[in-house]
Amino acid sequence: MAKRFASGTAALSGLDLAVEAGEFLSLVGPSGCGKSTALRLIAGLTQPSEGSVRWDGKTQPPRAGDIGFVFQEATLMPWARVLANVTLPLKLAHLGRGEAEDRAREALSLVGLAGFEHAFPRELSGGMRMRVSIARALVMRPRLLLMDEPFAALDEITRLKLNDDLLALWAERNLTIIFVTHSVYESVYLSSRVAIMAARPGRIVEDRALPAAYPRDAAFRHGADYGAACAEISAALGRAMAA
Amino acid sequence: MTRLAQWLLPALVGVVALGCWEAAIHILEVPPYIVPAPSRIALALVQDWDVLGPALVYTLKIAALSLLAAILGGGALALLFARSPLIERSLLPYAIILQVTPIVAIAPLIIIWVDDTTAALLICAWIVAFFPILSNTTLGLNSADRNLGELFRLYGASRWQTLRYLRLPSALPYFLAGVRISGGLALIGAVVAEFVAGAGGRESGLAYRILESGYRLDIPRMFAALTLISVAGIAIYGLLAGLSHLLLRRWHESALAREE
Repeated sequence: MAKRFASGTAALSGLDLAVEAGEFLSLVGPSGCGKSTALRLIAGLTQPSEGSVRWDGKTQPPRAGDIGFVFQEATLMPWARVLANVTLPLKLAHLGRGEAEDRAREALSLVGLAGFEHAFPRELSGGMRMRVSIARALVMRPRLLLMDEPFAALDEITRLKLNDDLLALWAERNLTIIFVTHSVYESVYLSSRVAIMAARPGRIVEDRALPAAYPRDAAFRHGADYGAACAEISAALGRAMAA
Repeated sequence: MTRLAQWLLPALVGVVALGCWEAAIHILEVPPYIVPAPSRIALALVQDWDVLGPALVYTLKIAALSLLAAILGGGALALLFARSPLIERSLLPYAIILQVTPIVAIAPLIIIWVDDTTAALLICAWIVAFFPILSNTTLGLNSADRNLGELFRLYGASRWQTLRYLRLPSALPYFLAGVRISGGLALIGAVVAEFVAGAGGRESGLAYRILESGYRLDIPRMFAALTLISVAGIAIYGLLAGLSHLLLRRWHESALAREE
């Protein structure tokens, strides 16, 4: 798959990526390597200049709601309460209000925000806003969750907590996640597989499985396996940036 | 600064200024047909209320109706602009021409063309008032968060849904700021147009009363009418600012109390 912008810049070139159901795949790379563009292509928000995105072997895009998207910012509607924000995808799909709100409440309790239904986004902390954003992405019960540096703007403590919660959700919901990050440590902690990208033009240069068993916790984070994997991915990233 | 001081200080300045004015008139023995004392103006306000009251109502009516027309016209045109850049490109230059041409220059024409004075005044006030609403609302409709827009696309939102749930709420603060500006402009438009028209019919507004008092050298009444126009302007602004605060107070940065 390739993507060129109207300006002629080659954002991605020869991108070939197969994602298995149930995987937690991280895309790691220097800024400007087309990680976000890759996510947008997968989401169907932009079309490839060459090649195609295939679903179960078909080029036909999935139905709306099969893909959840979490942006770097929480991207909530500031004028709407938390519940209305999470209900949005269901409302756009013309689901009845009662059922939509039930499902939104369920999604909110899943991310640990039961009781905050009637708050406005600005009344919440950055971490809580991101949780609302994740709840909104989950409310349609997507098969694939795309996350574009979702925790980059959060502080360390909040990020670690959200990492753990995300892993729990992934296991509980049988999600497939494609997670864009620039943090090697975050990618190693979370993913079952890491694809390392290089820039100009954006491409995948290395693709590694991380076989460490789940569930992963603080003990894993402090273990030797984790350190070794981080060193390995960092080295690969170094090569990608030199390439 | 405490809340009390916030109100007290400007009020104190007003009282002191009026007091000085009053004293200066008496000490210097300025005749009321040059500058009347505040007490003389207040007296005129009470004595001439039979004339000034209906004039105030008339001017307010023109301002309110033209503001309403500006909200409807400006809002509808902004929606049309947001719907199609082609329409915006074609019509915007003319909206700008209408805006930058001084109303005093257009008013005589409108008064010639339109027989009914009230209708002519309404048109003049509308011309001044509609542009801020048009330009602000257009800006607001195009200022919706990009990522939210992508999210709407991802979930297959229709054009109507995107307008209803994303672009209109995003435009609301801009629209309300436009309405606030237009409220004052509608009043100015109504007054200026009446000055240009220069004729009082069965009904006439405060501007005509000012002209009339000028001819008669009834300066206290002139000041009284002027006071009423100022008070009306402040009231319109306060009302619209209050409305804006009421609608935005829960979520928009502009309406939130600053925490120290």
